[in-house]
Amino acid sequence: MRARQQLDTKVRDRTTHVRGVGTSPPRPDAPLKVLGRFAYASDLEIDGMLWGATVRSPHPRARISGIDISQALAIRGVATVLTAEDVPGHRFYGIKVADQPVLATHEVRYVGEPVAIVAADHPETARRAIEAVRVDYEVRAPMTDPEEALSGAGDLIDPGGNVARHVRIRHGDVSSARSRAEVVVRGEYASGVQDPAFLGPEAGLAVPDGSGGVDLYVAAQWIHDDRRQVAAALGLDPSRVRLTLSGVGGAFGGREDLSVHIHACMLALRIGRPVKMTYNREESFVGHVHRHPSRIRVELGARRDGTLVYSKVRLLLDGGAYTSTSRIVIANASYFAAGAYKVDHVEIDGYAVYTNNPPRGAMRGFGAVQACYAIESAMDSLAGELDMDPVELRICNAIQEGDLLPTGQGVDGPTPTRELLEHLRRLPLPSDRLVAGEDLRRLPGGVGNTTHGEAVVRGVGYALGMKAIGFSGGVDDISTARVSVSVAGGRPVAEVYSAASECGQGIVAVQAQIVRTELGIDSVTVRPADTDIGDAGSSAASRQTWMTGGAVEGACHGVRELILERAARRLGRSQGDLVLTPRGIMTPGEGEALLHLADLLCHDTIEHTFVYHHRPTEPIDDVRGQGDAHIAFAYAAHRAVVDVDTELGLVRVVELATAQDVGKAMNPQAVEGQIEGGSAQGLGLALLEEVQVEDGFVKNASFTDYLIPTILDMPPMDVRLFEFPHPDSPYGLNGVGEPPTLSSTPAIVNALRDATGLDLPRVPVRPTDLIASLHGDGSPGG
Amino acid sequence: MAAVEKPGVDYLRPRTWQDAVALKTENPAAVPINGGTDLMVDLNFARSRPPTLLDLSHLDELRRWEKSNGTVELGAGVTYTDVLEHLGSDLPALALASRTVGSPQIRNRGTIAGNLATASPAGDAHPPLLATGATVRVESMRGIRDVPIGRFFTGPKRNVLEPDELIRSVLVPSARGPQQFSKVGTRNAMVIAVVSFALAFDVPSRHVGTGIGSAAPTPIEAADAAAYLDRELAREGYWEDHRELSAGVVDGFADRVAAASRPIDDVRGPAGYRVHALRVMARRTLRWAWSALATDGIHAH
Repeated sequence: MRARQQLDTKVRDRTTHVRGVGTSPPRPDAPLKVLGRFAYASDLEIDGMLWGATVRSPHPRARISGIDISQALAIRGVATVLTAEDVPGHRFYGIKVADQPVLATHEVRYVGEPVAIVAADHPETARRAIEAVRVDYEVRAPMTDPEEALSGAGDLIDPGGNVARHVRIRHGDVSSARSRAEVVVRGEYASGVQDPAFLGPEAGLAVPDGSGGVDLYVAAQWIHDDRRQVAAALGLDPSRVRLTLSGVGGAFGGREDLSVHIHACMLALRIGRPVKMTYNREESFVGHVHRHPSRIRVELGARRDGTLVYSKVRLLLDGGAYTSTSRIVIANASYFAAGAYKVDHVEIDGYAVYTNNPPRGAMRGFGAVQACYAIESAMDSLAGELDMDPVELRICNAIQEGDLLPTGQGVDGPTPTRELLEHLRRLPLPSDRLVAGEDLRRLPGGVGNTTHGEAVVRGVGYALGMKAIGFSGGVDDISTARVSVSVAGGRPVAEVYSAASECGQGIVAVQAQIVRTELGIDSVTVRPADTDIGDAGSSAASRQTWMTGGAVEGACHGVRELILERAARRLGRSQGDLVLTPRGIMTPGEGEALLHLADLLCHDTIEHTFVYHHRPTEPIDDVRGQGDAHIAFAYAAHRAVVDVDTELGLVRVVELATAQDVGKAMNPQAVEGQIEGGSAQGLGLALLEEVQVEDGFVKNASFTDYLIPTILDMPPMDVRLFEFPHPDSPYGLNGVGEPPTLSSTPAIVNALRDATGLDLPRVPVRPTDLIASLHGDGSPGG
Repeated sequence: MAAVEKPGVDYLRPRTWQDAVALKTENPAAVPINGGTDLMVDLNFARSRPPTLLDLSHLDELRRWEKSNGTVELGAGVTYTDVLEHLGSDLPALALASRTVGSPQIRNRGTIAGNLATASPAGDAHPPLLATGATVRVESMRGIRDVPIGRFFTGPKRNVLEPDELIRSVLVPSARGPQQFSKVGTRNAMVIAVVSFALAFDVPSRHVGTGIGSAAPTPIEAADAAAYLDRELAREGYWEDHRELSAGVVDGFADRVAAASRPIDDVRGPAGYRVHALRVMARRTLRWAWSALATDGIHAH
C-alpha cells in the first residue's frame, strides 16, 4: 500500500514537458552526423601526437620462435616498437575471462591476432614499420571445424579444453513426453558469421598525463569495464587511467571487447607522447568480434492439434580463438532455444567451442538471434507437417504470463505474444500484381535489370522472438547518474552526467528528456561520458535506457527533494504541500507559482547522484539449468513479404511489417530507428551478410564484398509499437534494441520457403540456395 | 642498416592535356588519377604505393563528349553520371550499366576511362563497350592510336596501355537498335557484378553485339553466340516479320553465351552459378531487346 502511494507521488510530480519523455525532440548529434561534421573517435587529433599500428598474425595457428624489431626501429620516424615483453601489467585481458594476450607471446591462435605494436610520426611510416617487423612463425595446422573441436578429437586450442561452456537445461521429461507426440519434426539450421559492420572503425587517442597515468579517448560501449581491463594490463591503479567516450560510429556489440585501448596507452606511456590508433576497414574486420556462427539441431514434438509436447535442441556456437563473451552468449542462446512458446518438456544442450577462427563475441541479440532463427524455422516446418497455418500454430503455443520457461522461471511482465501476431496477421498484404514497365528498383535484382517479372514468385513468412532484457544470471547490474540544477541567465538549467555510452541509439537525448519530464526544466545539458563518475554499465543487452534512465530518474527525484526542502524552508511551508513545476514551486491545484526556481537557487547548484539497481536475479544451476535468471522479457514479431527470382536466386523483400512491445516509447522516433535498424540487420543476416572464413582466413574483409543492406534492399516498414507498461522499469519502458533483430531473419527466410518450397537450412540464403536446379551445385555447404 | 626514406608520393597536376601527355612520358611510373574511386581504395589499403600521381581531374577538356558521324566520343573525364543523364538515348546499354555503378557519389566521380584503365574483369562499363564495338583512343608523345575494345584487355586488371600512354577518349557508336544490359549482384544496389551481360542490336547491319563481365579473366565478347544469332535471324527470316523468337533460337544463343564464359569460384559466387546466370540473362535480354525491336521497329532503343 505504501509502495503504491509512493508511486503515485512519483507520477504526480512528473511534468508533461513538450520535449520530455514520450516525445521525439531533435537529437543533438543528428545535424552534425548528417552534415559529416560529427567528430568520431577516428577524427581525434592533438598536437605532437604519433600514430600507432599493429603487427598481426598472418597465420591461424603458429608458434612464435622469434621477433626481430630492429629493422622497424631503424626506419626514420619510428618512435618505438613493443612486444609482449613490454606489457607493464597483466599480459592477458578479456571482458569476462582474461585469456586473450595483449600481444601474442609464444603462440598465435587466429589470423589477425596482435603480435607487436609500433608508434611513428606518420600513419604511412607506422604502416611500413609493421611490415618491417620480422616474426618467425612455426606454422601449425589450424582447427577450424567446431564439430571437430567439440568431439575432442583434435589438439587443444585452449589449455582448459576446447569447450568454452556447455549449458544444460532440463525441464520436464522429454524421454517420456516423446511417446505422447503425434507429429515430430527434426531439422538442423546453420548460420554464418555476421559482422557488426559499424561504419566508424576502431579508434582511440591515448595522452600520457606526465605523472605515469594516462587519458584515453576512445569509442566504446562500456568505458568503466574497459578501464578495468586497461589498468590491469598497464599495471596501474584504475584511478590513474581515465577514459572519455569519443564519437562512436555504431557498436552493436562489436565494441564490448577492447581494440586499440591497451595498445595506444602502452605506446603513449612508453614514449611520453600522445598516440592515436585507427584501424582501417580491412583491419577492422579482424579487430572486433563477430556474431557466432551456429549449427542448431531442433526436434519438436506436437499433438495433431498443434500443441507442442516437447522440444529438444542442441546448439553449437563456434567461439573462435578466445573466450570473449562466448560463455554468456551460449547461455543466452540456450535460454531461448525453445522460442517464445509454452513447452512443458524441454532438453537443451548448448555448446560454445574454441577454434582457430577469429574470436566471436557479442552482437545485437547475443545468441538469441541464432536460436530464434532455428526455432522459428522449425515452427514453420512443423506447421507444414501439420498442414496448419504457421501463425495459428504460433498463436496456440505462444507463451503467456505465468508460463514457465525451460529454466523454470515464471514469465512475468507484459507478454503480448498473441497480440503481436494477431496484429500482423490482420494487416493487409501488399499487392502482388506486377505492373508493366515496373520500376526496376521494385523487382528482385534492382537496377541490375535482371528480371522484368520473369520467374518471380511471391512468399509470406512470420516469426516471433523473445529475449531477456538486461544482464541475466545473478549480475548485480548498476548505473550511476548525477543531475545538477543551477541558474544561468536568470533561468534554471540542468546538467545530467553519466558514463552511458551513446553508440547512436539515442541515450543522450533520452537522458535530457527524463530531466525535462522530472524537473520541468527546459534547458538540459548532457555532459560527455567519462570515468570520473560512477559506472553506467554497458550499452548492451538492450539495457541502457532502462538502467541509466532509472539512474537519471532517481537523480532527478533526489534533486527535486532537495529543491522542495529548500523551498519549504524559504516559504515556511511543509515540504509535502509543494510541487515543482515548469512554472516554479507551487502547491498542487493552485494556479500561481509561489517561488521561481531561479529565485530559490540564486548562485547555488543543487545536485544529486543516484545509483540504480535492477531486481536481483540468480544464475542457472549446472545440472538442470534452473534459476530465476532474468529481470525482464521483450517480444517482437515480423511478417515478411518477398519476391524471389527463382531462376537467378535474387530476392527483393517487398515489405517487412513488425509489431513490438516497447513498454513505453521514451523517444518514439529513436525507438522506430532501433526497430528499423535492427530489422535491417536481421535482413542482412537472412540474405547478405556473411564474413566468409576459409581455413581461418577472412576472405571478404571489405564493404565491397561484405554486403550490408542498402536503402534499396530495405523495404518500407510498417512498425506498430505496443506500449504495455513494464511494472519494474522506469516509465514502464522495456528494452527495444535487440528484439527486432531476432524475428526479422526467420520471418524473411520463412517467406522465402513459402515462395520456393525449399528447406533453406542455412543463413544467409545465397542465390544458389534459391535455385532448385542448382542444388548441391557449386555452393559450398556448412 | 640503411634508413628507409620517408614515405611520400610526388603529385603532378598538369595544366593542359598536352602537359599531361608530356608528364606521362617523363614519368612513366606515374599513375593517373581522375575520380579516384578505384585508386584511392588501393592507396588506403596500401595495396599500391605509386611513386607519382598524375592528377587529371581538373582538366575540363576531358569532361566533354562529342557526337559526330554516328559516334559519341567520350572524353576521359566523362563520368557515369554524365552518361546516365545526357547520353541515355545514344548509348542505352552503357547508360543502363552506369546506373548500376556504386552509389550516386561514386557515379559522380568515377569515369568510363578510369574503368578501362583499371581493367577489372568486373568493370560495369566493359560489357556495353564490347557489345557496341567501342574504340579506346590512347595518346602519348609518340602520337595517338585507336585500340578496338576487343583487343584492349590483356588480363585481369591489365590492358594494352604502354607506360607513356594515357586514355584520351572512348569512341562509342550511337545505338542503331535496341540494347540491353543486365547485372547480377547479391545486393540490389551498390554491388560489384557477380556476372553481367550486354547485348546490342545494330539493325541496319542486322548484327548483334555481346559483352560478358565477371565470367573470365577479362571482359569478353560471346562471338560464337553473336554469329549464331546473326545467322539464325537471317536464315529464319526474323528480320522480315519481327515475329517472336522461338525458344530454340533463344536457347541456342543463351547456351553459346554461357559456353563463352570461363568463370572462377570466388567470394562473390561460384563458377557454376555464373554460367547458369549468364544463360538466364542472355535469354531474357535477347527477348527484351527483340520485342522492343518488334514493337518499335528500327528506331527502337
